[in-house]
Amino acid sequence: MTRTRGILLGVVGVVLLGVLWEAYKALGPANGFVINGLTVLPRTNDLAMPHLVTMFTRLFEPVTSAPGSPALWSAVVQAAGFSLGIAAVGWIIGVVVGMLLAVLMQRFRTAESALLPWVVLSQTVPLIALAPLVAGIGAQLRFGEARWQDWMSVALIASYLAFFPVSVGALRGLESPDRAHVELMRTYAVGWWKTLITLRIPASIPYLLPALRLAAANAVIGTVVAEVSIGLRGGVGRMMIEYASASSGDPGKPWAPIFGAVVIGLIAAGLVAAIGLGLRKYRQGEVPA
Amino acid sequence: MSNAVTVNAASKIFPLARGKSVVALEEIDLAVAPGEFVSLIGPSGCGKSTLLRLIADLDQPTSGSIEVFGKTARQARIDQDYGIAFQQAGLLPWRSVTGNIELPLELHGVGKTARRARAAELLALVGLSDFADRYPDQLSGGMQQRVAIARSLAESPELLLMDEPFGALDEMTRERMQDELVRLCAETGAAVVFVTHSIPEAVFLSDRVVVISPRPGRIREIVPVGLGSAGNREEGLREASGFFAAVSAVREALHGAPTAEVRGGETR
Repeated sequence: MTRTRGILLGVVGVVLLGVLWEAYKALGPANGFVINGLTVLPRTNDLAMPHLVTMFTRLFEPVTSAPGSPALWSAVVQAAGFSLGIAAVGWIIGVVVGMLLAVLMQRFRTAESALLPWVVLSQTVPLIALAPLVAGIGAQLRFGEARWQDWMSVALIASYLAFFPVSVGALRGLESPDRAHVELMRTYAVGWWKTLITLRIPASIPYLLPALRLAAANAVIGTVVAEVSIGLRGGVGRMMIEYASASSGDPGKPWAPIFGAVVIGLIAAGLVAAIGLGLRKYRQGEVPA
Repeated sequence: MSNAVTVNAASKIFPLARGKSVVALEEIDLAVAPGEFVSLIGPSGCGKSTLLRLIADLDQPTSGSIEVFGKTARQARIDQDYGIAFQQAGLLPWRSVTGNIELPLELHGVGKTARRARAAELLALVGLSDFADRYPDQLSGGMQQRVAIARSLAESPELLLMDEPFGALDEMTRERMQDELVRLCAETGAAVVFVTHSIPEAVFLSDRVVVISPRPGRIREIVPVGLGSAGNREEGLREASGFFAAVSAVREALHGAPTAEVRGGETR
């Protein structure tokens, strides 16, 4: 019952957004709302705001007019798959690093005081400033025969955004067990490690799951932005820039990679939800005696 | 044969902010014989829980010493000589009832089949065999507490430490749990140190009731109840005249004129 309701409400939300778009396009002034020379609402012509139909039909036309060009949707799917792969690598690195930091901070009070401000501060560094730096340092690295690839820089930057919610969420989760539970473990005379495995990590899961979801969203955003600023070809980030230049003659085209990015986000959120489903039993609350 | 618990002139002082401190326990002397059931009773904040925590080695005395089965409290904890139950059942919500009872066994490396067998045995003992695969949030407060007690018995300790385990239960559940606890003690022969603020509960369960006065926590009196061995107690006891006499004795000791001198001389 609530499940169908949820799905229904989600559909209604999407439809409402489409209706809003088309209604403004139909009723809004052609030159937008301008107050004191500032455009506060956009122009409604077909170039600035193409019809939804234009966006979707464009997906099934070829990418370019060149012969043998594939359909736009297949190019977007390919690019989205590429970006999703990089985002996944970034997410995994971010989760591992975030967990390790959280465990370290939980174990040593001093590590918490020393690390936590830096963890928070790390997120204030603009991604745009970071990307060329990472790519530049990476370009000088050699691992025997293997060389640092640009996609690795992108994944690294994605992980840089992903680790933050995980480290903060996991730290809260690891510190969430009741005093009574911690003392129970003490009466069992078990050490820090066994307490971590049997008590702290399972107790952290309700805190960890939202953090993983945030991390997934961050990893996708990080991937797309880093693709743009590093100039990595093959993903939706670069595709957005390329297609944006075509918007004057082909207004439906730039929307295709945006849809691609949305789909990546949905898939990422779905995967994390699936993880949450697998960890269901760790999420039930205890009724106080 | 050494005592289950020997407390020798133990004091506990908690430091507060700005150099102040509060004396939670002062010069406590107490001996608990093997198989004996001793209740600690007193008003809130009298230090009865602190005394239990000292015996469990969850806190250390500021001065004095504590022995459990002739060892230091710390060694007894490491050797798992006691089982413990708190006011909150403290079950891990992600483990089934069986998983919770198995927890101490699992942590101490008992094999899976042995664990299962022991858990089934304990579940039968506390009358929850039908609930083995349930999760704590599917149980009532009384059932959760029975699971916690089964867990405290998992390693067949010679000493049980209980900190108001029935404090959060309603009166009827509480009396039923008391009956069960008396039966469990008769069956296991374990010594029990039981913290409570209920006079009838202390009298019904105990061989001796230790009355503690607050600030600083001192033993005011130790009331021998002598209602017969655990095996002979049953529901009817709550209406026996000896029961009421003992309740009155404990009540008088609790509310009696504050004495400057510690009257708990019989423990020395």
